[in-house]
Amino acid sequence: MNDLSVRFRTEDGVVRAVDGISFAVAPGRTLGIVGESGSGKSLTCRSVIRMLPPEGAMSANQIVFDGHDVLAMDRAALRAHRARSVGMIFQDPFSCLDPTKRVGEQIAETLRVNAGLDRAAAKSQALTLLEDVGIASPDRRYLSYPHELSGGMRQRVMIAIAVATKPKLLIADEATTALDVTTQAQILSLIQRLRREIGMSVLLVSHDFGVIAQVCDRVAVMYGGYVVEFGPVEDICTRPQHPYTRALLDSIPSLESAGQRVRRAGIPGQPPSLGEVTTGCPFVDRCTYASDPCRTMEMVMLEVGRGHTSACPVTVGNRS
Amino acid sequence: MSSDTAPILSVNGVVKRFVLRRTLGDRLARRPGLTQTAVDHVSFELAHGEILGLAGGSGSGKTTLARMLIRLVEPDEGRIIFRGSDVRDAGGRDLREVRRQMQMVFQDPYSSLNPRMRVGAAILEAGRVHHQPGAENGTSFVERILDLVRLPASAAQRRPQELSGGQRQRVAIARALAVGPEVLIADEAVSALDVSIQTQLLNLFLDLRDELGLSIIFVAHQLSVIAEVADRVAIMHEGRIVEIGSTVDVFHHPTHDYTRALLAAHPHPRPPAPTGGVA
Repeated sequence: MNDLSVRFRTEDGVVRAVDGISFAVAPGRTLGIVGESGSGKSLTCRSVIRMLPPEGAMSANQIVFDGHDVLAMDRAALRAHRARSVGMIFQDPFSCLDPTKRVGEQIAETLRVNAGLDRAAAKSQALTLLEDVGIASPDRRYLSYPHELSGGMRQRVMIAIAVATKPKLLIADEATTALDVTTQAQILSLIQRLRREIGMSVLLVSHDFGVIAQVCDRVAVMYGGYVVEFGPVEDICTRPQHPYTRALLDSIPSLESAGQRVRRAGIPGQPPSLGEVTTGCPFVDRCTYASDPCRTMEMVMLEVGRGHTSACPVTVGNRS
Repeated sequence: MSSDTAPILSVNGVVKRFVLRRTLGDRLARRPGLTQTAVDHVSFELAHGEILGLAGGSGSGKTTLARMLIRLVEPDEGRIIFRGSDVRDAGGRDLREVRRQMQMVFQDPYSSLNPRMRVGAAILEAGRVHHQPGAENGTSFVERILDLVRLPASAAQRRPQELSGGQRQRVAIARALAVGPEVLIADEAVSALDVSIQTQLLNLFLDLRDELGLSIIFVAHQLSVIAEVADRVAIMHEGRIVEIGSTVDVFHHPTHDYTRALLAAHPHPRPPAPTGGVA
């Protein structure tokens, strides 16, 4: 897969949801997008396959996936692209699975339609997939209905469907958010294992910095529709540059502070709601470094380290 | 926190079984049928002014346990001693009084607040129903309660849907405080909020304990949240409390395998220490 670069603008009437996002995912690598509700992270990852709500319109200079221009695709090509090259999993597997169909048949259907297998081959492949995603006694589970499975198992089934066609990119949008920590850890390591085995890239969207830090190579921090900081995960966790990233990392409760009665400063105020018209930096009202120029500045990513960029001109060179 | 005085709440051997299937044969033979034990002989105490964290995976019984304390779910066995008398024996007026003194805050304030009622009216109604001092004087009562949860007086004129998630949860807490409770039971009260807002709410719970001397039972699946607010923590697994102790002990020296597994699975950004530099 070639580098994928996205730059787009979504408009819902006159409303701007996401602005000026560019990034690239290399083959076999994992990019995380972290941000709070309304930061535009889900819209960003959906636009990779041009899957936006009907009222959303996107514009981009270029979305290149594996050498193909996604923006230039017609409906049929786009459909084939979504079916074969990209797998997607969401927070709530229950709403993505057909409640009236056995889960095994749903996996087999994907294989028949998208990979052109015949019934018998699709069934045996589906059983292998169930085993691959760590479901015990796949023969029995093949015949289960979604409501008979636990949340973790349903998410495993969704992953089986998503990776059935060996996609080059897996998009996981808050895929582990609804799961218990122990199940979450299993699902994350499953995604990592499949990534290595199939050699796919992963785009992981989460509000949880811990999840991102555990599985991603690089991370984009989003706020108010902008990427405010981008870089290698270790760099961002150890030397966050943008005031929002710093404040966000400081807000995360940690096990280490158990019983110490730390009171975290948190971030005062509210995040901007999706589509709120803002000029300048979206974080300006909650930022301790803010000054007048921040209200009118243009959001430009500035180099702050190797492969590490930040949109805040104030904190550049002021390494804490 | 006076640990030598009697606990405000003492739970002893509480059991809840849910009936999964009960056939006619079971009924005729007076057998219970197929049951699932959601809470299995659980005992703990809550001291005055203490924050007790209740953690565990989904299905571990923590919500069922929390609901039994005010009998939103009827316990099958055990004793729930609140201020010297058994909640299970309370009926009518007594039960209403128990529920006034132990207030619950749920995960989703959207479904626990009346969408058509302005915030001020909702708070005032709660206060008047329970004859709270000052409730006859509407505006100042509402302002005082809103101030407790750090909302401006102007919030009284708003409807729930005009507020953000964090503000709505503050309103839900305000409404609970309006009836003058001694115990707050927060069931996943900060779980649906963004981290930056979550921090504000956690600080609010700590403030309420300090200012009002509230005792708080804080139910959450997120261990790190409990690590930061609770004085003591109980870890639930399959209906039982598998470990209970001071937050420091349980998180730094876990003794039960399940606690260790939970702690090991907890994701955190690699350098766990806060980075500092933000006021």
